[in-house]
Amino acid sequence: MADHRSQGFGADRILLYAVLLCLALLFLLPVYVMVVNSVKPLDEIRGGNLMALPVVWTIEPWLTAWSTAQIGVQPTGLKPYFLNSFLLVVPAVAISTLIGALNGYILTQFRFRGANLLFAAMLFSVFIPFQIVLIPMAKTLGILGLAGTVKGLIFVNVVYGIGFTTLFFRNYYAAFPIELIRSARIDGADFFGVLFRILLPSSGPIIVVTVIWQFTNIWNEFLFGASFSDYSSFPITVALNNLVNSSTGVKEYNVHFAGAFIAAVPTLVVYLISGKYFVRGLMAGSVKG
Amino acid sequence: MATLDLINVQKSFGPTKILHNISISMADGEFLVLVGPSGCGKSTLMNIIAGLEEPSAGELRLDGRDITPLPPADRNISMVFQSYALYPNMTVAKNIEFPLAMRKVEKSKRAERIKSVARLLQIEHLLDRKPRQLSGGQRQRVAIGRALAREPRLYLFDEPLSNLDAQLRLDMRTEIKKLHQRLGATIVYVTHDQIEAMTLATRIAVMKGGVLQQLGTPYEVYNRPANTFVAGFMGSPRMNLIKARLVRNGSELALDIQTGTRPPVRIELPDMPPAMNAHIGSEVIAGVRAEAVDLARPGRVAGPTERAFDARVEVIEPTGADTLVVLDLGGNEFTVRLGPDASLKPGQDARFFVDLAKLVCFDAKTEALIA
Amino acid sequence: MRAGVLPKLLLSPSVLLVLVCVYGYIMFTIYLSFTSSTLMPSYEWAGTASYQRLFALENWHVSLNNLWVFASLYIGVAIVLGLGFAILIDQHIRAETAFRSIFLYPMALSFIVTGTAWKWLLDPGVGLEHTMHDLGWESFAFGWIKDSDKAIYCVVIAAVWQTTGFVMALFLAGLRGVDAEQISAARVDGARSWQIYLHIIIPQLGPVFVSAFVILAHMAIKSYDLIVALTNGGPGRSTWLPSVFMYQYSFTRNEMSVGAASAVMMLAAIGLVVLPYLFSEMRKVKNG
Repeated sequence: MADHRSQGFGADRILLYAVLLCLALLFLLPVYVMVVNSVKPLDEIRGGNLMALPVVWTIEPWLTAWSTAQIGVQPTGLKPYFLNSFLLVVPAVAISTLIGALNGYILTQFRFRGANLLFAAMLFSVFIPFQIVLIPMAKTLGILGLAGTVKGLIFVNVVYGIGFTTLFFRNYYAAFPIELIRSARIDGADFFGVLFRILLPSSGPIIVVTVIWQFTNIWNEFLFGASFSDYSSFPITVALNNLVNSSTGVKEYNVHFAGAFIAAVPTLVVYLISGKYFVRGLMAGSVKG
Repeated sequence: MATLDLINVQKSFGPTKILHNISISMADGEFLVLVGPSGCGKSTLMNIIAGLEEPSAGELRLDGRDITPLPPADRNISMVFQSYALYPNMTVAKNIEFPLAMRKVEKSKRAERIKSVARLLQIEHLLDRKPRQLSGGQRQRVAIGRALAREPRLYLFDEPLSNLDAQLRLDMRTEIKKLHQRLGATIVYVTHDQIEAMTLATRIAVMKGGVLQQLGTPYEVYNRPANTFVAGFMGSPRMNLIKARLVRNGSELALDIQTGTRPPVRIELPDMPPAMNAHIGSEVIAGVRAEAVDLARPGRVAGPTERAFDARVEVIEPTGADTLVVLDLGGNEFTVRLGPDASLKPGQDARFFVDLAKLVCFDAKTEALIA
Repeated sequence: MRAGVLPKLLLSPSVLLVLVCVYGYIMFTIYLSFTSSTLMPSYEWAGTASYQRLFALENWHVSLNNLWVFASLYIGVAIVLGLGFAILIDQHIRAETAFRSIFLYPMALSFIVTGTAWKWLLDPGVGLEHTMHDLGWESFAFGWIKDSDKAIYCVVIAAVWQTTGFVMALFLAGLRGVDAEQISAARVDGARSWQIYLHIIIPQLGPVFVSAFVILAHMAIKSYDLIVALTNGGPGRSTWLPSVFMYQYSFTRNEMSVGAASAVMMLAAIGLVVLPYLFSEMRKVKNG
């Protein structure tokens, strides 16, 4: 609150920091538990408690999770599926971002009937429960020969990402100073001229926001992955779930934790690096059209 | 009713000093205006008086009581903000009631006060509206009403008219003056507009760069400015300031005004204060207001303190009520205010009378008034 | 500028994809819900038979009930905590960025990761209960995740952990959007900090409450990944939500039309929550 009086070290400030610190520790607890228990041998976990630091440190669980854990019928570890996720995410993010930029440009700089309605229709598409498209999409992918492939997943994620990416760029371009575009047109810039010479060069921030948002969402996506891929094309979320949920017999908690962490690393790194852009994406994604 | 004393108030943000040793004593019922260009520290000083910021050093006393350590709520002051700061989710009535509710005033008394304040400010018909349904001028009145409701000891106004359009500003200015006369309240008022300062204040505090330049009545500040900054800041058009050499002219003194190779213009001075003698032979800055000059029409005789001088007309600016004429006086630009019928032409040489009783001189080095 | 052929042409792939893959598919699924599809889609009209069967199913009632419990707790707790965190962080603390980052990072994780971590954290055999026993509190019991009545609360805990940071970010932006002069005015008027929050700041946060509610509600209805990873619908069916129901009946139990009907119900629920919000926002934009 706007209080310019000196924020000294009174009792209520100490209480404030104490509460915040406790909450922060509570929030970090799951990650702490994940990391700490992913380097313990299994008997230590069962014999001891989750919070304790390892007596014996071992990277076995990580190696297992990465290369030898049983996923489905293959003892391949998460590595091939980690790769799948990258093969899925990179093209999907690139394509959906480009489409979003193009759509945002067209929707804001050109007047035509039904533009608002089309935008609303695209916007609503991000809210639908994706369960409702599973059956027909499965059929479609079958017909297109994309069933069970990474390409199929790219297609699905791009289609259902159009709403968000269009939203981001549309809002950004709607606030773009129109005089710049007008003077570019007067100078002779055509459709692509305005897009590539005027808008895109100034779109740095929104491109970053969109890429981060799409990367995070597509990397973390599960439902489409579980429905439309097979053992050759699982993304890492499906593989992880497979690892954890279908392990019969001995539950190797440490391997599960290591696997979960492996799956979390890319988006966590992106989050830590991107900071305010991540937040901007969250806010833009939650604010109206 | 209250007296306010600011004693050696200083404020720094880190290494930057915003306010340098401000000391002002206000009597009960005074209307003190803090005026100065942006960045002069007037808003910071007001926030300190309100308790929204702490001074780095110095004391504030309200009715003799030290209020420096007190938070705003305990100071018994009211403040009107530049953007009115009305609470958007409350009706006008609730806005006015809010300070009363916070002080736990009895409900029946609250209703009374709201009614009387609304009547005074002619906003009774607006009591059930929300701020977003009001015009700028109406919001201003509600903000003033909220300040009046508590009957505090001291009123603070922070550039309350800046957001209004020109005509409304003039109307509200008169309203505020009438309010002051009616309530006899002690008011501290911040503005960057020197005309507002002149018309409203009982005393003006001119500030620049966090330093108090002059504290005086509008008459004092206008006619006997403490330095060349005050001379140039107050009054429109600004006071003419011309570098001249003070010389002896027989038994009298005179000013030699010369720039470059043009022939000097000598203006003989009538009796001058003795302090001037110390500056004979040196350069001084002579200050004369535009209205102290008159056109030497045929038949017009110079008064006892008037002296004649010749100058060339450069620009003529008729304002309707008068004519502003910019002259070339020995190479210096010199603005004079003549009647609306003055018929001069650009390039014309003419003779003028300047009333030297209104002359003020400033030390060329310190820029301070030679008094 | 009026749109010529080129912009319309370039927009049409997206329009087509959305029309087909979103609205077309929705129509398809709606149609399916009026058929008697079992293992594969069949196009034989069966009227409202699937819906009647749906509403009679115990599993569906369990799913709906769980959704009601989950959604109300999830939305309520997340909003209260989110607002609370935002107010705490708004107090001009040092290391504000660090605290914000800590509360927000769970949003960067997949629900599968969250589910996996919390699954074992809440497991009595290896998680919290076991840890407490190990530390000496023998009588501590926290077997909620294995308890059919209480497992749904574990889902709430994990979901709240994941999204509170986001709600906090929403409220923080709202708090900071309040005109600072109003707060100064309130201080001069004699209000203490808590009064300023209560009377002046929070009442202005109406739109934020609405946004948060709409987004959390729609996330609650769509919740699937978290359930799968955390409890896989169990113990038994005690953490089934409509999303789980739909998947099970469409693909595992070979009752595709019933699954389709449940998906349509999910869509209707989301429509109820989101459409009024979208309409009012679009109208605001149109009116400038």
